[in-house]
Amino acid sequence: MAGATTMNPGSAGSRGLTRFEAKAATRESPLVKWTILGVSLSFFAIFLLMPLIAVFVEALRKGWETYLTALTDPDALSAVKLTLLAAVIAVPLNLVFGVSAAWAIAKFEFRGKHFLITLIDLPFSVSPVIAGLIYVLVFGAQGWLGPWLAEHDLKVIFAVPGIVLATVFVTFPFVARELIPLMEAQGREEEEAAVVLGAHGFQVFWHVTLPNIKWGLLYGVILTNARAMGEFGAVSVVSGHIRGHTNTLPLHVEILYNEYQFAAAFAVASLLALLALVTLVIKSWVEHRAAQAYKVTEDAS
Amino acid sequence: MKTPVSKLVRGLATVLFLSAGAALAQTSILNVSYDVSRELYKDLNPVFASQWKARTGQELSVNQSHGGSSKQALSVAAGLEADVITMNQAPDIDILVERGGLVAADWRKKFPHNATPYTTTSVFLVRKGNPKKIKDWDDLAKPGIGVIVPNPKTSGNGRYTYLAAWGYALEKTGSEAGARDFAQRLFANVPVLDGGGRGATTTFTQRDMGDVLVTFENEAILIARELGGNKFDIVYPSVSIDASAPVAVVKKVADKRKTTQVAEAYLNFLFSPEGQEIIANHYFRPRDPAVLKKHVTRFPAIRTFTVEQKLGGWDAVQKHHFADGAIYDQIVLGKR
Repeated sequence: MAGATTMNPGSAGSRGLTRFEAKAATRESPLVKWTILGVSLSFFAIFLLMPLIAVFVEALRKGWETYLTALTDPDALSAVKLTLLAAVIAVPLNLVFGVSAAWAIAKFEFRGKHFLITLIDLPFSVSPVIAGLIYVLVFGAQGWLGPWLAEHDLKVIFAVPGIVLATVFVTFPFVARELIPLMEAQGREEEEAAVVLGAHGFQVFWHVTLPNIKWGLLYGVILTNARAMGEFGAVSVVSGHIRGHTNTLPLHVEILYNEYQFAAAFAVASLLALLALVTLVIKSWVEHRAAQAYKVTEDAS
Repeated sequence: MKTPVSKLVRGLATVLFLSAGAALAQTSILNVSYDVSRELYKDLNPVFASQWKARTGQELSVNQSHGGSSKQALSVAAGLEADVITMNQAPDIDILVERGGLVAADWRKKFPHNATPYTTTSVFLVRKGNPKKIKDWDDLAKPGIGVIVPNPKTSGNGRYTYLAAWGYALEKTGSEAGARDFAQRLFANVPVLDGGGRGATTTFTQRDMGDVLVTFENEAILIARELGGNKFDIVYPSVSIDASAPVAVVKKVADKRKTTQVAEAYLNFLFSPEGQEIIANHYFRPRDPAVLKKHVTRFPAIRTFTVEQKLGGWDAVQKHHFADGAIYDQIVLGKR
């Protein structure tokens, strides 16, 4: 899964690499080097670059006017709104959850810790469609809570809350997964020192822990946000596909495609692609800053 | 730290409040329908909304949701708040009578023609020039032919295809064993079962899979004449099934949302000459004889049979063919 990546600031240093290249024993012949490079680059071109270009070519096939009409269509705008709303709710929730979970796991010993770590990973291992179905079984009219919800006139699935819930579920592990190794590596010493110097709980968190984890945290938030906006499977199951009301951007792309409005479908898809590109740029910037921060602390020690 | 958080919360609350407010400002009804009726209702809805406004002064928006018909019916049963459902086969409405009494048991009597505003039938769409010479159901069961149909378990469209083939073979071989053998050979030629009719169409037209797509006449004409870019031909088999599309008010939802009146008016509009005209323009066979006569050139004569005439009605079909472990399951399992 995409989210299983972990940032490793140490590998960014290039000093190790030059030494590796300079030694005859570890140096590869140019043929091997260029073959490996060629294989990976052609893979990249065929499987990533070409589809990306295709999205934009198809989107603009019928001209800018069709492109803009597709994006300013009321149904498309409402899909944008809903997608943003789901992300705006899911990201802060998972931010708070991720930090507390990582904090608990990295800084404390308790029973069931491994069980908790496994649970956090659950959304990665469960198919998103199953995740959606779980919510239908729990909140559906014939589900466990269905009759109670209907009595109180509350709508969860086939409405905005269901979409938000599904989004929260699939983006659940990103922040926590990013922070746990980072916080474990950092250990408890700095916090202990702060406590000895008289800081109380929140001060320790605000002035010691948070500055240490901020780049990892930001990285997790970026991943969470990207997934929240791009999620299809789980959201598709709980959406009900009411255009203009419960369609997110990925679902809107599907509807347009099924209606033979290919230019419009690709126009909306290009929005998602642009989002991915922006995410990538921010991600590399964060990685760069994190590597710098890491180097500074390393040099200082 | 406190201010930005409370600002965010307040902002969120405003967004939620505003979207709720916008939803309350006007009447809306939701039409949950099957997969290949998208274009029809996209055309019908604004016409009805303006009629409704002229009659009552009320702003109305008709929302639509489409997918494989049985899947859609199950969504409604699970709580998707449809005011009306417009399906392509009666079992998808009957299931809402059984599950939670969402639809009145006598829904067939609420509107003319057993509450079916139009019919269509299953026909073949083949690649231009019909390179594989596909003429009738027989040809679909020949080895080496790729047949694209939507999943009969989740889509009425696929179910009609299965039943049409069954009816054809029953006539030809005169025995149930013969029909079963024929259906088995036909479904052995199906490489992929999409969830709904439109999914099957894109598999055939966009992904270039298969030699023949079996789908509703309206979908076939739409692709052959308008959307497919002149790359396909339609073939009418010697006999096919009468696919009448039933409609109903989802009583429980409409009662709760107080939309019964507008929901009934909406469905009645489908039977009005104006509604029938739009229906005919989307290549569905209208019920109104005058409208049908006007568009008769669009609809070649084809001999059809109904589920009641040849297959003992929907209840029998359901039990005999589509229940878990029944004939359809046995056929598809036998394929592996």
